[in-house]
Amino acid sequence: MTQIPPTQPPHTPPGRRPTADPGHPPARRGLVGLAVRIVLLAVVDALAVYGLLALAAQHKWAMFGALLVGTVAVNVIYAGKRHVPAKYLAPGVVLLLVYQVYVVFYTGFAAFTNYGDGHNSDKPDAVAAILAHSETRVPDSPVRPATVVARGDRVGLLVTLPDRGVRLGWAGHPLEPVADPVYDSAGRAIAAPGWHRLSYAQIASRQKEISELRVPASEDPNSGSLRTADGISAAAYRSTLDYDRGADTITDRGTGKVYRPTSDGVFAADDGTRLSPGWKVFVGLDNFETILTDRDIRGPFLGVLVWTFVFAGISVAVPFAIGLVLAAVLDGKRLRGHRIYRSLIMLPYAFPAFLAALVWQGLLNTDYGYVNVSLLDGAHIAWLTDPWLARLSVLAVNVWISFPYMFLICTGALQAIPAEVTEAARIDGAGRGQILRHVKLPLLLTAVTPMLIATFAFNFNNFNVIYMLTGGGPKDPDAPIEVGSTDLLISLVYKLAFGGSNRQYGMACAVSILIFVVVAAISVVGLRRSRAFEES
Amino acid sequence: MIRWFARTGWRHLIGVLAVVVAIFPLVFVLSASLNPSGTLTGSNELFSDTTDAHYRELFDDPLHPFGRWFLNSMAVGLATAIGSVFLGACAGYAFSRFRFRGRGAGLTTLLLVQMFPQLLAYVALFLLLSSFDDVFPAIGLGSRLGLVMIYLGGALGVNTYLMKGFFDTVPRDLDEAARIDGASHAQVFFRIVLPLVAPVLAVVALLSFVATLNDFVIASLVLNDPDKQTLAVGLYHFISYGVGRNWGVFAAGVLIAALPVLVLFQFLQRFIVGGLTAGAVKN
Repeated sequence: MTQIPPTQPPHTPPGRRPTADPGHPPARRGLVGLAVRIVLLAVVDALAVYGLLALAAQHKWAMFGALLVGTVAVNVIYAGKRHVPAKYLAPGVVLLLVYQVYVVFYTGFAAFTNYGDGHNSDKPDAVAAILAHSETRVPDSPVRPATVVARGDRVGLLVTLPDRGVRLGWAGHPLEPVADPVYDSAGRAIAAPGWHRLSYAQIASRQKEISELRVPASEDPNSGSLRTADGISAAAYRSTLDYDRGADTITDRGTGKVYRPTSDGVFAADDGTRLSPGWKVFVGLDNFETILTDRDIRGPFLGVLVWTFVFAGISVAVPFAIGLVLAAVLDGKRLRGHRIYRSLIMLPYAFPAFLAALVWQGLLNTDYGYVNVSLLDGAHIAWLTDPWLARLSVLAVNVWISFPYMFLICTGALQAIPAEVTEAARIDGAGRGQILRHVKLPLLLTAVTPMLIATFAFNFNNFNVIYMLTGGGPKDPDAPIEVGSTDLLISLVYKLAFGGSNRQYGMACAVSILIFVVVAAISVVGLRRSRAFEES
Repeated sequence: MIRWFARTGWRHLIGVLAVVVAIFPLVFVLSASLNPSGTLTGSNELFSDTTDAHYRELFDDPLHPFGRWFLNSMAVGLATAIGSVFLGACAGYAFSRFRFRGRGAGLTTLLLVQMFPQLLAYVALFLLLSSFDDVFPAIGLGSRLGLVMIYLGGALGVNTYLMKGFFDTVPRDLDEAARIDGASHAQVFFRIVLPLVAPVLAVVALLSFVATLNDFVIASLVLNDPDKQTLAVGLYHFISYGVGRNWGVFAAGVLIAALPVLVLFQFLQRFIVGGLTAGAVKN
């Protein structure tokens, strides 16, 4: 069946033979594997080279460096016969580094900035935007013949200047000379290489976009821009503000007011007026300080923090208690049909949780839900809209979702307890209750503690149940940030970052970091405890 | 009779009670999906009358392309499940069978990094994908592959731990015997160790499939086109337009969405009960 290689070690091979066919004789060993490896590596390298060229062309050097290092590492690992553990770890680790480690670090970095609405780019961008916002038509400036042209989705302006030739530019891209434009009979440029002219109908259908089109005159934000009002001519616009690069100030030519950059990333005048937008700056621990000390925010935040712990704690304890009792009561050894019970009780665990939450949202509806209308005979109980009842409801629904899982793991853990152990206890004269309390329960707890910790951590961040049932509401009308009585920290983060008009990414990232610290600490302590528990 | 009740009857009573609590919402959904009234109020009479109109409307209305959502969810879920199991198994095998520098620290780091839910890194993920848009649009914003890649970023971690535990239960003698017979480490992995833990792999795949199916936040961040949305995003928006109105259609959608998972769970039941605890119970 198999050829034993000449370099057989002195000891005899173990008696048990592998059930699977061990594959080819040694001479051809690994040929298929080698071919697969070469092909895969070639594909990866081809993709990497394409990516490197594209990134170099776009001057994205950080990504370029990361991709280069990654590609070299992959080739080193897979080209030779060494680094065997790395061969198994590399694919998962690469993805982990990009999609988990990098984003965690980025979140950690953003937590120390004022990133968010009004602060979402760098300073030059902010200056350009401020000047662009305050542009007005330059009095008595000449009107130039212009054509609205397009390339793909992008619209641009093709301007014919009588003394300086033809220029082309688009939003965010200053005017530049065009090599060989196409002219109409009147000597006006109507197309450029790669750009085609828009018809009247097309201009009419994209009117808003074209009237807002602002083509910078040059790289200098002070030089103003060209805009078109009618689609056939362009006029010069200039900002009423001047940016002084040397002094790093912005001056209003009309009023003479001077705006200076502040440490929190805006231009502000001495009288306190500020120009919008600002830019992203490093604000150190300000976000954390605001969360923990700002009187308006601290209250709601602490409320959410306490509720998150309560929610996660009850969501572990109650289902575990129910599951344990059920597992003990329906212990398979003595009960007919325990299989059927298990299949049916498992259903809520198998039912996708987001669907469960949406269904319960309907069942608990105040006016039309089954619970009020049929079970409670037309009562009007505000299950999801009264603050305390909403908290009770999300807990009840979460218990419904989780108790089958607890039942399953308790059943598994009980069945894994060897019969000899309980037998020995019985011979020593222990009663059934005593065996359960002093023998089975400690063994079971040791086995399920890691799962309980994992469940706690999961529920600490159980976004779905909250979002799908109540959306975090009912809303707290007194809080300055959008927060409701069933909001967990994680849905608070979501609202800070994406809810409403004032998005505060930096603040959201700061809360994220706090959540991470809490969950990681609980998990580490819990696992240590459970290990100590095991050894005692 | 009384003796029977005292010994086993009360157990059945509790069992039946638990079953009623467990399946009642599902029975309600089934009834509502068949009830011709189609509103939440009308659905409160359980099984008073039946029709298949809601199921037909579900697949016919262009406003909510349910068929597309279903296929998207299946595709994204399957790709993620298979990828997660493969990556997790490879890493688990490395930790189980090889001794290398940084092994212990690596395991701990994996667990810790995994505790940071990707949902919290929402902003960073958005920026990351938009920077991919210019270079690799195939994994940028709006792409289902990009979504799968994000999920696979979380494939190591808990999975690695589970798998390592399972591989540890496969005797090393088998590896040794195969190595002596001339198998390479890859052949040992793919043809001996993996087939022996196949049921466990199925369970891990199923759990990762369900986790993917349940994801709402990242899916709604990446997939901005209604035709590419998944069930979680589509059904959430569908029902948030007005709970009462399209309840029958919604219930039909819920049942169809949940059915594949429910069936798989029933089939893999035995392994699930074993698998959930095997990672923790030491033999």
